[in-house]
Amino acid sequence: MDLGEINPVLLVASLMVAATPLLLAAIGELVVEKAGVLNLGVEGMMIVGAISGFAISVETGSPWLGFVAAAIGGAVLSLLFVLLTQFALANQVASGLALTLFGLGFSALMGQSYVGVKPPDMGEIHIPVISDIPVIGPILFQHDPILYVGIALTAAVWATLKYTRVGLILRAVGENHDAAHALGYKVIKIRIMAILFGGACAGLGGAYISLIRVPQWTEGMTAGVGWIALALVVFASWKPWRALLGAYLFGGITVLQLNLQAAGVAIPVEYLAMSPYIITILVLVILSADKSSAPAALGRTFHASH
Amino acid sequence: MIVLEKRPQPSKAWSYATPLVAVLATMVFGGVLFAILGKNPVEAIGTIFWEPLFGEFAFYYRPQLLVKGAPLVLIAIGLSLGFRAGIWNIGAEGQYIMGAIFGAGAGLAFYPLDAFYIFPIMVIAGAFGGWLWAMIPAFLKVRFGTNEILVSLMLVYVAEQMLASVSLGLLKNPEGFGFPGSRNLQSYDSAHNAELIAGSGMHWGVVTALIAVIFAYVLLNRHMLGFHIRLTGEAPRAAKFAGVNPARLILFCLGLSGALAGLAGMFEVSGPSGVVSIDFNVGYGFTAIIVAFLGRLHPVGILLAGGLMALTYIGGEIAQSQLGLPAAAIQVFQGMLLFFLLAFDLLTNYRIRAARSEVA
Amino acid sequence: MKITTLLASAAMALGLASGAMAEDKTKVGFVYVGPVGDGGWTYEHNKGRLAVEEHFGDNVETVFVESVPEGPDAERVMTQMALEGADLIFTTSFGYMDPTINVAKKFPNVKFEHATGYKTADNVSVYSARFYEGRAVQGHIAGKMTKSNIIGYIGSYPIPEVIRGINSAYIHAKKVNPDVEFKIVWAYTWFDPAKEADAATVLIEQGADVILQHTDSTAPQAAAQEAGNVVTFGQASDMSEYAPFPRVSSIIDNWAPYYIARTQAVMDGSWATVNTWDGIKEGMVEIGEISDAVPADVKEEALALKAAMAAGEYHPFTGPLKKQGGSDWLGEGETADDGTLAGMNFYVEGLEGEIPQ
Repeated sequence: MDLGEINPVLLVASLMVAATPLLLAAIGELVVEKAGVLNLGVEGMMIVGAISGFAISVETGSPWLGFVAAAIGGAVLSLLFVLLTQFALANQVASGLALTLFGLGFSALMGQSYVGVKPPDMGEIHIPVISDIPVIGPILFQHDPILYVGIALTAAVWATLKYTRVGLILRAVGENHDAAHALGYKVIKIRIMAILFGGACAGLGGAYISLIRVPQWTEGMTAGVGWIALALVVFASWKPWRALLGAYLFGGITVLQLNLQAAGVAIPVEYLAMSPYIITILVLVILSADKSSAPAALGRTFHASH
Repeated sequence: MIVLEKRPQPSKAWSYATPLVAVLATMVFGGVLFAILGKNPVEAIGTIFWEPLFGEFAFYYRPQLLVKGAPLVLIAIGLSLGFRAGIWNIGAEGQYIMGAIFGAGAGLAFYPLDAFYIFPIMVIAGAFGGWLWAMIPAFLKVRFGTNEILVSLMLVYVAEQMLASVSLGLLKNPEGFGFPGSRNLQSYDSAHNAELIAGSGMHWGVVTALIAVIFAYVLLNRHMLGFHIRLTGEAPRAAKFAGVNPARLILFCLGLSGALAGLAGMFEVSGPSGVVSIDFNVGYGFTAIIVAFLGRLHPVGILLAGGLMALTYIGGEIAQSQLGLPAAAIQVFQGMLLFFLLAFDLLTNYRIRAARSEVA
Repeated sequence: MKITTLLASAAMALGLASGAMAEDKTKVGFVYVGPVGDGGWTYEHNKGRLAVEEHFGDNVETVFVESVPEGPDAERVMTQMALEGADLIFTTSFGYMDPTINVAKKFPNVKFEHATGYKTADNVSVYSARFYEGRAVQGHIAGKMTKSNIIGYIGSYPIPEVIRGINSAYIHAKKVNPDVEFKIVWAYTWFDPAKEADAATVLIEQGADVILQHTDSTAPQAAAQEAGNVVTFGQASDMSEYAPFPRVSSIIDNWAPYYIARTQAVMDGSWATVNTWDGIKEGMVEIGEISDAVPADVKEEALALKAAMAAGEYHPFTGPLKKQGGSDWLGEGETADDGTLAGMNFYVEGLEGEIPQ
C-alpha cells in the first residue's frame, strides 16, 4: 500500500470530470422540482441526449453542434412528459418512470448504426499562463468547455432563482400553484418551460458521457447516472451550489475508491462501491433539520378549476 | 379552445374503457413503429398479444404468464397501499434483493438437511429481509423526516452491491469451481419452491400474490386501517382530525410493502431462478411501480396490469425470435403502452369540452 | 412430470410436422445476455451468428433474443426457441448454465451449447475460449513497452476467468521485465463505461503507462489517448478505431469457426457432447494486429510467442510457478491442468494485494 501514489491535484481534476454529467442533469431537475414538478425520467432524457449528441457530432464533425442536438433531444423527450403530466394530468411518478423506459428503448433504436464509431474530439481549453500555474492550473484551467458550462449554469440558475422575477414566479408556482394561479401567473406555462429546461440539461449531461467522458456510444451507457442526479437534487436541498458540492462529493467518492484500490489499500470493494449511497443517506439525515427548501407543491398535479 | 372539466365522480364507464382504448392506440402507434423497422405491423402486434395466449404453444406460455406476473403483482400490491397514503417506496428492487438473500441464506444454512420446516423458515426470513430493508427509510422518515423516495432508492444500489458480495463470497457454491453464484435451490428439495401442480406455473409465490390481492381488497374496503390509508392520501388534514397516527401508518405501509417485495424475491430465488447470483435482480421492483399505477392502485386493477405487463414481456420475446424485432423496439412499445394508459386516464376524471370563451 | 411429456410430445409433433422442411433448413437459436449493440461480448457472439448465416446461406435459419436476464427469463426464451423448432441453441452467458440444463432435459432432440459453463449433458456441450493465451501476448508487449514499470489492470468481478487473465499477463510481463508492478482495480460491474473511464484515469494518474482491461467498453482507450503516452489493448473486439496508438494490439473473441462447425455437425448428424476450451490454435482467440507503435523486435517476439502457443509448444502457465505468499504451485516444466485453471482463485507470486471475497 502506498497512499503517496495518489496525487490530490489530479484526483480533484478528475473528480470534476466525473461529476459534470451528474451536475448538468441535477441542475436541470432542480429547476423542474422548484417549479413543483417531479420528473423521474432523468435517466431516459440523459440517454436520449447521449445518442442525439453523439449522432449529430459524428455526422457533422462538430461536438458543439452535438451538444446543441443533445439539449434539443432531451427537451423533445421531456415534451412527452409535459403532455402526460401537464395536459393529461397523469401521475408524475409513473409518467417519469415510463419516460425512462421509453427513452432507453428509443435511444437504442436510434443508436444501432453508431456502435463502435469514434466521435470527434472537443479538446480542452488551454489558456496560456494561468493553466500552467501549479496545483490551481490543472484543477481549474485545464478542462473541456462543457465542464465550465456546467459551473456557469449552476451560477446562472442560482442567480435566476434568487434575484430575478422569473425565479420568484417559478418558486411561487412550486410552493403553491393555486395561489400563484390566483395571482395571475400561468402555472402550466411556467412548468412547461421548467420541464423543457430540465430535459435540455439532462440531454447535455448524457452527451457529456457519450462525447467527452467515455467517449463512445453503447446501449444503456448512462448506467444509472440519472437516478443519482435525482438523489443529488434532494441531497442539495434544492440549492444550486449545494448541488455542485454534492456532485463533486459523489464523483469524488467514486474516484477516491478507485484510487485507494489502485494504491493497494485492502478494502472490501463492494462496500466502497456502496459508500456514495450510504453517505447520501447520512447526509439526508444530517440535513433533515433543514426542511425550509422543499417545494411544497412538489409532485402535485395542477388543474385550474373554476 | 378545449377545456377540461372535472367530473364530480370518476366515470365508471371510462375507467373500464380507457385501458382498452390505450391498448388499441398502442397497437396503432406500435404498428407504425414496427412498419418503420421494416416488419409487418399486423404480424408483430399479433405475435405480441395473441401468441402467448392463444398461439400454438399457449399451453406453455399461459403458465409462464403466472411466473412472470406473480412477483410484479405481489410487489405492486404492497407499493399501492403506501402510494395511496402518499408514502413513496420506490426501492422495492432493493427489498426484493434482500428478501432473496435472506431467504436463500436461511435455506442454505440448513444444507443438506432434509426437513419440512426449512421452507417455512425461508419464507419468514425472506419477508423479514425485505421488511428490514424497508424499515430503514421508514425509521429515518419517522425519526428525522428524511425523504423516503431518496432513501429507498439509494438502498437499491446498496442492496445490489450486497448481492454481488454474497454471490462472490458468503453464499458462493462451494462446489461451483470458483464461479460466482450460490447452490441451486431447485436441486435442494427442502428449500425448493416447486410448482404445486407440474406444468401449471403455480408456485407458492403465485398463490401468495393472489392472497395479497384479496387481502389488500379487504383491507381497503372493509377495514379501518384501509380507510385511514385512503383518507391520508386523499385528505391529509382530515386524516389528522380522524386520529390517524402518521408515524404508525408510515411504518406499516413501508414495512408491509418491503415484506411483500422480500417475499417476491424469496419465492423467485427458491423457485424459478434457483440461484443467488450477481445479476439475480431483473428490475421487478421498478416495473412493479408502473404496474401499481397501471392498475390504478386498485388490487384487481393491479392483478390485470401485472398480467398485461407479463404478456408484453413474453410476447415481446416471441416477436424478437420469430420476427427479428430488436429488444429496444419492444421496450419502446412498452413505453408507449404506459404513455397511453396514463394519458387516457384523464377521461376517467375529466370531461373534455369545447368552450367558446377563452379561459385562463 | 406432466410438463415434460407435454413439451416433448409437442416438440416431437412439431419435428414430425416440419420434418420435410427441416431437411433443407437447420434452425439455430442464440440467447444473448446483452444488446447486440454492446460493442463487446454480445456483439462478437452476434458476429458469429451472422457468419453462420453467411456460410450456410439458405440452408440455415438463425433466430436470437437479446438482453435476456439470467434465470427464469432465459429458461423461457430457450424453451420458446426449442418449441418453435430450433435444432441447435447457443446460450452465451455463464448465468444461463442451470436454465440450459433444465430446458435440455425437456427437449432431448434439441442440441444445446452453453458458453463458459461446466455442466454438460447428452445434448448439452460447453465451450469457452482460452483468453489467457491472448493475455500472455499482451503481458509480453506490456512488459516491454512500460517505462514507468507500472501496469494498470481493470477487472470486472473477481471470478476465475478474470483472475486467470491477470496471472497470465503478469507472468509474461515479469518474464521480460523483472521490475514490473501491477495495479489492479475492480470495477464491480460488467458494464459501466463511465466507471471504466474513471478507473483508467485513476490508474494513469498513479503512474501506469500501460492499461489492460477486462471490461468491454472503449472508455479506457479514450482515457489513454487523452493522457497521450499510455498503451492499451483492445478487449473482446478489435477496437481498431484507437489504433495504431494507444491501442497497440487486441484480443478478439472469434466464435464464428466454432458456431459454423457445430451447425455443420448438427446438419451431418454427427453432433456429440464436447467440452471445448479453444485458444489461439483453433482460432477462437485472435490477436488483433500489433501496430507499428510497438518496436519491431518486440512485435517479433510477441508473434513468436503466439506461434508457439498456436503450435501447442508453449503453455502460458508453465512452472516453476509459485502462488502468492510463496507456496509452490507448479514445478519446473510442469503445466497447469485445466481443472485448476478453470477454478483459479489465487494470484501467482509477485502480484500484490488480495483478491476481494
